[in-house]
Amino acid sequence: MEEIASEYDVVVLGTGLTECILSGVMSVRGKKVLHMDRNDHYGGEAASVNLETLFKQYGNYQAGTEPWKKYGRPNDWNIDLVPKLLMANGDLTNILVSTDVTRYIEFKQIAGSYVQQGNGPRATVAKVPSDAGEALRSPLMGLFEKRRARNFLTWVGNFDENNPSTHNGMNLSQTTMKQVYDKYGLEATTRDFIGHSMALYPTDEHINQKGMAKDCIDRIRLYVNSMARYGKSPYIYPLYGLGELPQGFARLSAIYGGTYMLNATVDEVKYEGGKVSGIKATMKERGEEGEGMKFETKCKKILADPSYFPDKARVVGHLVKAICILNHPIDKTDNADSLQLIIPQSQVGRRHDIYVAMVSSTHNVCPKGYYIAIVSTISESGANHHLELQPGLDRLGKIEEQFMGPPIPIYEPLESGVNDQVFISRSYDASSHFETMTDDVRDIYRRAEGEELKVEGLKDGAGLQYEE
Amino acid sequence: MATRPQQGGRPGGARFAQFKLVLLGESAVGKSSLVLRFVKDQFDDYRESTIGAAFLTQTIALDDQTTVKFEIWDTAGQERYKSLAPMYYRNANCAVVVYDITQAASLDKAKSWVKELQRQANDNIVIALAGNKLDLVTEQPDKRAVPTADAEAYAKEANLLFFETSAKTAENVKELFASIAKKLPIEQATQRGVRGGPAGGRPGGVDLGARAESGTAAGGAGGCQC
Ligand SMILES: Nc1nc2c(ncn2[C@@H]2O[C@H](COP(=O)(O)OP(=O)(O)OP(=O)(O)O)[C@@H](O)[C@H]2O)c(=O)[nH]1
Ligand SMILES: [Mg+2]
Repeated sequence: MEEIASEYDVVVLGTGLTECILSGVMSVRGKKVLHMDRNDHYGGEAASVNLETLFKQYGNYQAGTEPWKKYGRPNDWNIDLVPKLLMANGDLTNILVSTDVTRYIEFKQIAGSYVQQGNGPRATVAKVPSDAGEALRSPLMGLFEKRRARNFLTWVGNFDENNPSTHNGMNLSQTTMKQVYDKYGLEATTRDFIGHSMALYPTDEHINQKGMAKDCIDRIRLYVNSMARYGKSPYIYPLYGLGELPQGFARLSAIYGGTYMLNATVDEVKYEGGKVSGIKATMKERGEEGEGMKFETKCKKILADPSYFPDKARVVGHLVKAICILNHPIDKTDNADSLQLIIPQSQVGRRHDIYVAMVSSTHNVCPKGYYIAIVSTISESGANHHLELQPGLDRLGKIEEQFMGPPIPIYEPLESGVNDQVFISRSYDASSHFETMTDDVRDIYRRAEGEELKVEGLKDGAGLQYEE
Repeated sequence: MATRPQQGGRPGGARFAQFKLVLLGESAVGKSSLVLRFVKDQFDDYRESTIGAAFLTQTIALDDQTTVKFEIWDTAGQERYKSLAPMYYRNANCAVVVYDITQAASLDKAKSWVKELQRQANDNIVIALAGNKLDLVTEQPDKRAVPTADAEAYAKEANLLFFETSAKTAENVKELFASIAKKLPIEQATQRGVRGGPAGGRPGGVDLGARAESGTAAGGAGGCQC
């Protein structure tokens, strides 16, 4: 086996999406990267696993039985552990295109974006209106409200930050969203679906915060623009599951000289004068005889997911989720083969929205006739987490298999990493898309490299040699 | 994916199909060199390990009616510490497993790659075994460490195509890729697209590369299409 270099610019620990994007970008920029993961597969929390692995991970079956066998070949299943979708016009799409990682991954649309109004069996489930025209046809609003919503959406569509004449007399950096809604005279239920299913805020905190109006308008515009791009929903999704994303960026990193090592554990992190200076590590395959391959190398920086440095991160909340296997589409969704359904918190007496993300054989994640739906929310203190997802589970109808573990802690770093040069990423949050993940990528890059991450032109500037 | 052509028949009844080809083998056996020879008809004596060139395409005409385009994935070194991603094997239609005929151990490594392919890749993948650096033994026969007959016998038993090649002199390089092309299911590919083809061309598929034309539908003035 080849020698490990005696020094790297960056050691990256964990092959989640955040880490793989950073590894890829740094390699393209000419940094010498060593990228390791303690697992035997790529993706960490962002991996997609087969059905057998999922059963074994959750342990929800009787010893000696093999319940996955009745669902076809386990490898025909690629089940995401993190329920997220890509915004067609979002930053992750931008990064994928800018780095040419789109060469390795094919994408398909998510067929629909829905929102629930009301509660229980009689609740309305309707398409999220994505423009003024759809607002006029939406069952979510009465006749007069439709017109007011149309006016609002037309204004949002025309909004241009640099052109005050499109601001309708408001200074958005000072305004609350409540003031904007008031100005358009929108009803509470309309504010609800706009804020939660278009701006995609998971709570109501944005409504009364001064200056949040600009952020909210940006989010609605991202939704509307993403929707306009391919037509059915604002979301796209990679064939074979989200686990393809970290793999694609890892390949990018490798192509530019990044060294990859799975099954590798860090035995010691060395510091000099308070800054990281190197690592000692062991690479050993599961079941491999002997000591494995032990090595030591110097490094200037470490980028890592929080699981590699539990003492440098804190828990900021808990996510609850249930991965459900269905053999039918979801009721009231036009038999969509894939969708996002948002149940705004206020509709079901909560403080955090419940999300349902569903994909199916159209996306090569399961055999024909099956659907994989993940119901998730932020766990609320004092709540019985077994019941928190119930309104979402109720929407699914008959469930063939359900995988639900204890609430999952969400971590964020204690420090920026500038002092010790150990930069910790955030856990995947409860949001339904990757926008906060790419914010974290950009934030870590800024902290680690002292400059903004510019992805535009990465594929040409750095001399990627390929032929057509 | 924007660059991928449509799959299917060309005007005049000619056939065209695109296939994903992956390379495997020990480091320094000449995987990248074989690709470089095949795609650009070049050779470099002092090649560094693969950097920045892990995705190439080459089109060959099998006959005046049939064109095959290879989408070639080089390993990019991820296999060095047994860290190749499943993505690499995914939907590969064919593979070239390379060893160095002057290094006996590289054939053992090649055999383990063949096993790995049979475990991980499509059932109907076409695999070719290439014993590379043939030029070295043409000059100095005593350098040969793997007898042709041995490798050939193994290839036959494992149902692999087999060639001894030289990326340096180009000997058997075209032949290697052409024989793979001949064994691929072109009929099926032209009808359905074995590789799947561009997602942009299938129902619900999207072409992210087409960003410039459609990316700003509601941006700037004009907005909401209402
Ligand atoms: N004489 C001779 N040398 C060759 C031939 N093919 C490759 N080489 C040399 O062998 C060395 C390794 O070739 P590469 O093509 O980089 O090998 P590789 O399998 O891609 O290696 P990795 O990328 O490290 O896995 C280079 O110095 C090449 O010039 C050949 O057919 N004949
Ligand atoms: Mg190479």
